[in-house]
Amino acid sequence: MISLYTRRRLVNGLNLTLSLFTMVFGLFWLGWILWTLLAHGLHGLVPSLFTQMTPPPGSSGGLLNAIAGSFAMTMVATLIGTPVGILAGTYLAEFGQRGWLAPTTRFINDILLSAPSIVIGLFIYEIYVISMGHFSGWAGSFALALIVIPVVVRTTENMLRLVPNSLREAAAALGSPQWKVVMLVTLRASTTGILTGILLAVARISGETAPLLFTALNNQFWSNNMNQPMANLPVVIFQFAMSPYEDWQNLAWAGALLITIGVLGLNILARVLFRQKAQSH
Amino acid sequence: MNDTIITNPKIIIKDLSFYYGSYHALKSINLSIPEKKVTAFIGPSGCGKSTLLRTFNRMYELYPKQRAQGEIILDGENILDSKQDLNKLRSLVGMVFQKPTPFPMSIYDNITFGVKLYESLSKRDMADRVEWALRKAALWDEVKDKLKQNGTSLSGGQQQRLCIARAIAVKPEVVLLDEPASALDPISTAHIEELIHELKKDYTIVIVTHNMQQAARVSDYTAYMYLGELIEFGDTDKIFTTPKKTATEDYITGKFG
Amino acid sequence: MSRIFPDARLKRQHLLDLVFRNTTWLFAFIVFVILAAIVASLVIGSMPAIKAFGFGFLFSSEWNPVTKQFGALVPIVGTLATSIIALLIGIPASFGIALFITELSPRWLKRPLGIAVELLAGIPSIIYGMWGLFVFAPRFAEIEPWLTEHLGNVALIGPLFQGPPMGIGMLTAGLILAIMVIPFIASVMRDVFEIVPPLLKESAYGLGATTWEVVWNIVLPYTKIGVVGGIMLGLGRALGETMAVTFVIGNAHELSGSLLMPGNSISSALANEFTEAVGGLYTSALIELGLILFLITFIVLSLSKLLLKQLGKREGQQT
Repeated sequence: MISLYTRRRLVNGLNLTLSLFTMVFGLFWLGWILWTLLAHGLHGLVPSLFTQMTPPPGSSGGLLNAIAGSFAMTMVATLIGTPVGILAGTYLAEFGQRGWLAPTTRFINDILLSAPSIVIGLFIYEIYVISMGHFSGWAGSFALALIVIPVVVRTTENMLRLVPNSLREAAAALGSPQWKVVMLVTLRASTTGILTGILLAVARISGETAPLLFTALNNQFWSNNMNQPMANLPVVIFQFAMSPYEDWQNLAWAGALLITIGVLGLNILARVLFRQKAQSH
Repeated sequence: MNDTIITNPKIIIKDLSFYYGSYHALKSINLSIPEKKVTAFIGPSGCGKSTLLRTFNRMYELYPKQRAQGEIILDGENILDSKQDLNKLRSLVGMVFQKPTPFPMSIYDNITFGVKLYESLSKRDMADRVEWALRKAALWDEVKDKLKQNGTSLSGGQQQRLCIARAIAVKPEVVLLDEPASALDPISTAHIEELIHELKKDYTIVIVTHNMQQAARVSDYTAYMYLGELIEFGDTDKIFTTPKKTATEDYITGKFG
Repeated sequence: MSRIFPDARLKRQHLLDLVFRNTTWLFAFIVFVILAAIVASLVIGSMPAIKAFGFGFLFSSEWNPVTKQFGALVPIVGTLATSIIALLIGIPASFGIALFITELSPRWLKRPLGIAVELLAGIPSIIYGMWGLFVFAPRFAEIEPWLTEHLGNVALIGPLFQGPPMGIGMLTAGLILAIMVIPFIASVMRDVFEIVPPLLKESAYGLGATTWEVVWNIVLPYTKIGVVGGIMLGLGRALGETMAVTFVIGNAHELSGSLLMPGNSISSALANEFTEAVGGLYTSALIELGLILFLITFIVLSLSKLLLKQLGKREGQQT
């Protein structure tokens, strides 16, 4: 018969050990996945990856058109999504105390933030691809923009709310109209935070595959026509990885490593940026 | 209650009530604020002194569910009138807050922010105005070489003087000070108090403070408030030496509050 | 009032204020419209299927593009089963990680650990899918016979673990989803654990409680609403995850009693079949699947949001 005290200490020790174990468990997967990417993808990171087009089955090539397509669509999506997100987020934070729209939009935005991205793809297919009659780079960009918007809305609102009310009062006390208070003082005070949010949104959409499957589709060739189906890294990786050809699979791994470096790099950059801001205050 | 005769009132408050939602925070206040003097509002926290101050530039309008009733007459115009232009009113009635509120921009831009709103000055005139305001706020010598630096890089006391400079740069008629020294160290506080003495030559100043020594040092007139009511108003000397009401005396002598 | 104000300037300021306010209103309204449009377009798109199959769609396991008979049972079951597996593994793991980061980790290690967990959330889902198919599944196929041997004959849950060791299937998909939801649940748990007032914990430690007792008896009850909210958020993620699942679930439209067998989820059915679907009814049935997925996640996410909001309210009252 062990004493109550010993038993309590044993339970404590056991559970804390389990906690340590789960931490190791989490890190283990991260390590394994990153290791896999390096092991399979590193030897594929050669100059031809960035200079050659995606090849037909069974021959070698690069990912140039896919990288360019992803870059273009991510850019367009960010350019569309960011202003919409900032303006909507500004409404929620600065004018949202009265009326029905702010609480409703806040709720809906949180749903959109975690909504299945494949459904976003379906939606753009339904309203844009069908009426245009073909897949296109624009459709892919719109789908990605719909993913950018809720991220930017959320960070803009959060960052504006961190601005102390006394700053708004101080600007208003000088006789400033509200649009100047917001544009020149509160939004300016939140620039770094909002920029962080945009970076995170870009990181998120650069890896998104599902919403592009039925919007941008894919294109084996170089295309700078946003009205045509457009090659993009995630979908190319998906198709090449699922194919039986070794050349394609190797390209898929190289692309996967590339995309992960990009996404994690953006994530880390965003965090460093935000941390600097937090320290300067 | 209010037999001090103010011969040259800048602001006349008539039967002013204030509500936070259904809470009756100010109960029919009648008061006259003399021109180019310092008037202090004192009283325990929650007595309504800050609320009263914030009606003079209708700062409460930023928040839903806050409303004022009655009249506040500034230079003959009722500022509570719904036709009153808020931006114009606020550029005439400047305000400095409890905590320094430098804008996230350079020291220079902090000062010009308010000026640019209603005046189109040449570059040269603007530079002169900035210097003038910073000199008035006794900050010029400390910042003249770093006007491009961010306002947030200054010390707390300097930030507060920057805010005062910013408020007077637009040449208001009235300056409201809401516990302007409560977040500052004693030396910075002394700076601010000196500044208030200087400023009353040109401006009507109303200051809210929880520090009675400060009220006694800087103000010409003092209003004692309690639970949303104006208990006593008069010459600062008289209020602090021979208050008429026992409630005032209790507060001032520290028996209560 | 002595100063002269240019009236035109004052008027312009008011006009600009009005324009600014209404512009931001319009964009907030656009966000609202987007959701309405998503629901509307999905409903319209699935109308032919709804008319053809009615409620039976939800309970039929038939999926035959040739005879044009469609039912959602298999993908619904696949989606729910993989998500439940993900939670069964993900919840205790996330709890352990949050506990480690908030209570056990040395201060200097907290940030790197937090970042590592968040990187796990940052890895694109297609990477999880590739890794799952090419690296994890072959290894897991070696473990599966062991599972069958040890769990295959246990009462009740035994049948879940019988079948050929293929490496891919619902269990594999669930496991990979578990890894993917851990960062979401763990970071919510960590955040809510950190709002527990230090005084509360200190007074428990003061009575001689062990770290585990403080966490189990003080921290967890105090934050349980937030913890459940975080779990719901993770569930929302798991339900809608597409690429990782598509790679490893096997994509078989067959109802199987075993988790080791291939199955299908709503999102992977969409990813695999949507562009190939020709003919109105086939497409429409897939869109109805999308609608069902959206409704399920909508409900789960709404619950999560409501719970987290309640915690926020309670927090507000106490401070």
